[in-house]
Amino acid sequence: MSYQSWGRYPKVHQRGYSLKPRFSFPTFDMDTEILPFGCGRSYGDSCLNSRGLVCDTRQYNKFVEFDAERGVVTAESGVTLADIIELALPQGWFLPVTPGTKYVSLGGAVANDVHGKNHHVDGSFGHFVKSLELIRSDGERLTCSPSSNKEMFYATIGGLGLTGLISTVTLQLKSVESAYLSVDTIAFNGLDEFKQLSDESKQDYLYTVAWIDCMAQGDALGRGIFLRANHCASSKPATLAKKKLSVPFNFPGMALNKLSIKAFNQFYYWNGKRKECLGQEQHYDPYFYPLDGINDWNRIYGKRGFLQYQFVVPAKDYSAIKQIMARIADAGAGSFLAVLKEFGDIPSLGMLSFPREGVCLALDFPFQGQKTLTLLNELDSLVVEAGGAIYPAKDARMSASVFQSFTPKLEEFKIYKDPLFSSDFWRRVTEN
Amino acid sequence: MENVVILGATSAVAQAVAKHYARASTQLILVGRNQAYLESIEQDLMTRGAEKVQTIVQDLAESSKWEDLVAHIYTLLDRVDILLVAHGTLPDQALCEQSAERTLEAINANALSQIAMLTAFGNKMAASRSGKIAVISSVAGDRGRQSNYVYGAAKAMLSTYVDGLRNRLYKSGVSVLTVKPGFIDSPMTAHIEKKGALWATPEKVADDIVNAIEKGRSSIYTPWFWRYIMLIICSIPEFIFKRLSL
Repeated sequence: MSYQSWGRYPKVHQRGYSLKPRFSFPTFDMDTEILPFGCGRSYGDSCLNSRGLVCDTRQYNKFVEFDAERGVVTAESGVTLADIIELALPQGWFLPVTPGTKYVSLGGAVANDVHGKNHHVDGSFGHFVKSLELIRSDGERLTCSPSSNKEMFYATIGGLGLTGLISTVTLQLKSVESAYLSVDTIAFNGLDEFKQLSDESKQDYLYTVAWIDCMAQGDALGRGIFLRANHCASSKPATLAKKKLSVPFNFPGMALNKLSIKAFNQFYYWNGKRKECLGQEQHYDPYFYPLDGINDWNRIYGKRGFLQYQFVVPAKDYSAIKQIMARIADAGAGSFLAVLKEFGDIPSLGMLSFPREGVCLALDFPFQGQKTLTLLNELDSLVVEAGGAIYPAKDARMSASVFQSFTPKLEEFKIYKDPLFSSDFWRRVTEN
Repeated sequence: MENVVILGATSAVAQAVAKHYARASTQLILVGRNQAYLESIEQDLMTRGAEKVQTIVQDLAESSKWEDLVAHIYTLLDRVDILLVAHGTLPDQALCEQSAERTLEAINANALSQIAMLTAFGNKMAASRSGKIAVISSVAGDRGRQSNYVYGAAKAMLSTYVDGLRNRLYKSGVSVLTVKPGFIDSPMTAHIEKKGALWATPEKVADDIVNAIEKGRSSIYTPWFWRYIMLIICSIPEFIFKRLSL
């Protein structure tokens, strides 16, 4: 098995091994650093450990228990969010928080304290973890929850897999009426309009998010499509016919260039504008997971891979986000489907958790060597200056000083980190 | 009630197949060596909605236990609707070359024990004039190659046996499927580092198996392209083939 991150940058030779079932104890070689590896959906190097090994959790894929009355599921950490939906939705339950792909492992969702379009109402994934079992390299098995081993629990939520191996997780699900959502699609012109839409929607809509055209400059800067939604009752069938596209090979580097990306973004904007409507019934799959319909979509960025850049800055008057977006548009290096979302003020539980109050932008940059790295370093300083944070799950290059600027609990976290567990990301952001 | 028996139930492919049958009105019997692992699979299948799951801890390579095992299963069930024979090992070819004992062990683990099970279940299912049997063989059985001909020889024996059994049971209304997977990325092959486009996931192979069982097919390669790869490999003349290092 070759192990690589979703962004396929950096490229490293990663050795790994498959974990045996959870009842038989994993044996750790005290001389080799290890890192749990789930579905490989982290974009950068937080899922890589090139100096040591990764332990593959794909055989940790068993459900332990599902209480359909209370919507509480216990499963091994290698179970995917797709598995949980498949099990729980027919009985009226859905994920309490979901990222933009359902092909992540439960352990990965915990370790990155993932967030979704409902952050302003519900907070992040960690808020719904009732308890988890952690296997430490010294052989200790710890049951961690907000009431027992709670420091270890808060270190493990968003702890990037560094506190030990998460063997099982008990998760509270959300009750839903059907597999459908009622979705409003609204075009907006500029960040002020986005802010207004975001403000007026946060009371009544569980999910809010916007796609934004990062290539548009001047008057069109910050134009985009705002989507807001709630779960709704529906008489339509719960499962959609499966039609799956696949990207069979790496696209040549030429396929994505300024012109094609600009054209795509323009098309997306005008198409969204044309389809503007309120209260449209939409199945959860295309709504939450539009890219899951295309296998291996990361190959469109070609052999050199790509970097995703995701940050949050305090919302205040939006001056920081405007400045950063202007810089990105200037560089003309962004890609399609940049995603903008205003986070709420619910504090994350994890010591290293990324979500915090403010406005959050995520976008892809095809990797073009030093040019890309220089631009992202520049963006880093703007984010740090504004008092913002960068998402470790997407990162492959930020410096130690940037990471430390927005991680006040780093020293506390180090107490709970397992001495044998490490990652390329961890070594980079903690070196002096 | 539909009764499904899986031999070698802890293998990654068998687990993925079992998930397909984890539904109301299906009862599963899982046979494997590792009790704790079987129990976690049982919990998983029950959570996913299986009607009933029972586990039997048994090393299927132990020939003295063969007869009792089948008898025991038929005390738990009155009829087997689907039998999946999925047990086996990947022997170390280099060790086998040095030891006749190891070679015979490998053949026992990958052919004789399967044949013993199929003989007993085949007769019972023929008598009840119903049921479907699926046997996991391998593309390795299609032609002997220096890198794993002991495993290949066992699988060739198994494939030929299954062909004959299918022919015999046809009149009894029992369908028999030979499954020939190529490379599967599973714990059995975890030690092999270099993996590329030819490697399939256990889930993909399981989907193909379940579809083939439903359609009552006789023989499948999975993924499908292995049929053509093996066609080419089998058509290379021996005077060239013997010089190759495959």
